[in-house]
Amino acid sequence: MASEPVIVARNLTKRFGAFTAVDNISFEVMPGEIFGFLGANGAGKTTAMKMLSGLLSPTTGEARVAGYDVFTQAESIKSRIGYMSQRFSLYEDMTAWENIRFYGGIYGLRMDAIRDKAAQLLGRLGMEHVRDSRIGALPLGWKQKLAFSVALLHNPAIVFLDEPTGGVDPLTRRQFWELIYEAAASGVTIFITTHYMDEAEYCGRVSIMVDGRIEALDTPGGLKQAFDAQSMDEVFVRLARGAQYAE
Amino acid sequence: MRTILFILQKEFLQIFRNRAMLPLIFVMPFVQLVILSNAATFDMKNVRLYVIDLDHSAESRRLVSEYTASGYFRTVGVSHSEKQGLESISNGAAHGFLQIPNGFGRDIATTGVAKVQLVIDAVDGYAAGLIQSYTADIISSYGEDIALEIGRFPDTSRQGIRVSSAYWYNPELDYRTFMVPGILVLLVTLIGFFLSGMNVVREKELGTIEQLNVTPIRKYQFIAGKLLPFLVIGLGELALGLTLGRVLYGTPILGSLLLVFGVATVYLVAVLGLGLLISTVTDTQQQAMFISWFFMVIFMLMSGLFTPIDSMPGWAQKLTLFNPIAYFIAIIRQVLLKGSGFADIQQPFWSLCAFASIMLTLAVFRYRKTTG
Repeated sequence: MASEPVIVARNLTKRFGAFTAVDNISFEVMPGEIFGFLGANGAGKTTAMKMLSGLLSPTTGEARVAGYDVFTQAESIKSRIGYMSQRFSLYEDMTAWENIRFYGGIYGLRMDAIRDKAAQLLGRLGMEHVRDSRIGALPLGWKQKLAFSVALLHNPAIVFLDEPTGGVDPLTRRQFWELIYEAAASGVTIFITTHYMDEAEYCGRVSIMVDGRIEALDTPGGLKQAFDAQSMDEVFVRLARGAQYAE
Repeated sequence: MRTILFILQKEFLQIFRNRAMLPLIFVMPFVQLVILSNAATFDMKNVRLYVIDLDHSAESRRLVSEYTASGYFRTVGVSHSEKQGLESISNGAAHGFLQIPNGFGRDIATTGVAKVQLVIDAVDGYAAGLIQSYTADIISSYGEDIALEIGRFPDTSRQGIRVSSAYWYNPELDYRTFMVPGILVLLVTLIGFFLSGMNVVREKELGTIEQLNVTPIRKYQFIAGKLLPFLVIGLGELALGLTLGRVLYGTPILGSLLLVFGVATVYLVAVLGLGLLISTVTDTQQQAMFISWFFMVIFMLMSGLFTPIDSMPGWAQKLTLFNPIAYFIAIIRQVLLKGSGFADIQQPFWSLCAFASIMLTLAVFRYRKTTG
């Protein structure tokens, strides 16, 4: 593994009018790491993730993603990252293959590369038989696995996952995490937000956001020790209880 | 360029897969063409006329039958009472009443000169004007007939100068000839303006646009990918509409079709650009629809399709300088009905070009891949 961090955030802040959604956060993420981003609803996770993926310009602070500056090189960042939002965002009225072809094309993949990738990806997911079915007809879990694989199509350095397993059954969640591990093992950095504390345990390191600030950042083991807690759940509840903005 | 092709492929897939949209795109406009070109007439047939005949002579009956025989009028009642005549207008039963005074027949027979009174409901001033001019025709031809029969010519010296009109480009004054090209413009506009805008806002609502915004897709690629499919559909629609107009109504196509489609292309870019611009500043289809309608109604009513631009007040005429529909209707009428060439339509054409480039630039500029 390279020693240069792929994500560097320094005093990153985002304000919407008088409301500070993300307040002065700093952290680094190393290549191939699975970096968990936890926090109650409204704590600022999605806002932070949008800033790092070039969807939202930060108010102040600095950040570099895959070597590019989020202020001046947002478009360059976009060719090096994958992104999967909490809203399902493949086209439901198109088939699995058509979605793969479209996104492959947008990222500039050659047609034969798109075909190879599609065959490979559908094979790995065991979804060859639905290659030509419209996505809208598939179960949520399948859609999410497919969306994740599409986000990886162009071999990005980092994949941002915003609550990718929301509403998915436990078995599918497990399979989803297997995919995440596979990707991380091949060197892709995973930046993931989640509400499931068991998932937090799967992460290499976890940061917990409260009211826009990062209140804790360590390995799951380290956090449990520091807070003298049995589980991540306990750690989270202890931290989130002090929140003002959270629901 | 390759990226644009991938977007186009996706857009066409989605458009042709949308079961609810297809009939909207290809059937609705032609239903409208058939209905509108038959309904949007400037002629008035079946003017309802109430007759107050106080004379009861052969001449008075003959005058009434001249009215009904003209094809424009039908009588809805006959009586001696002026009060009933007024009532028939105020309750809407008649458009007007014709009062023939006592002694009408006698005066005609002896002097060749007689008077009648026509009272017209002028709430709709345009209709009243039409009725008045129909009446003038009927009375004057009636008068000539009578004069011939009794061999007495009432003071013809006043008719020393006779105006004879020749109607060029539309010799039969067929309103359809005039309306069909304009209606075609409206249909093409509806499709382009609404579909392009709705399409982008729909992606916003579904959240799929966020996934696109996180790709390295360029703004101009996105706008081009959203604009071109509807440009193609718009041109296809125009071709179908022209064919239908030709087959059903014999709409003349005197000028160059190439010119028509060339102008249509620029026009559609202008309209689609505006539609896309609206979609970049709205978040829901409802908002986009509302703003689009706002523009559509103004553009349409001030386009010269229903009321001539020349008869609008000065400030309103100036406003139409910013109305692409007005330009295109003027151009398509000139080219189709008068066979005008490029030289004749240069001015509105360059105006459309300016409109198109401004709208397109604004749409690309306003489309944000980054928020906040």
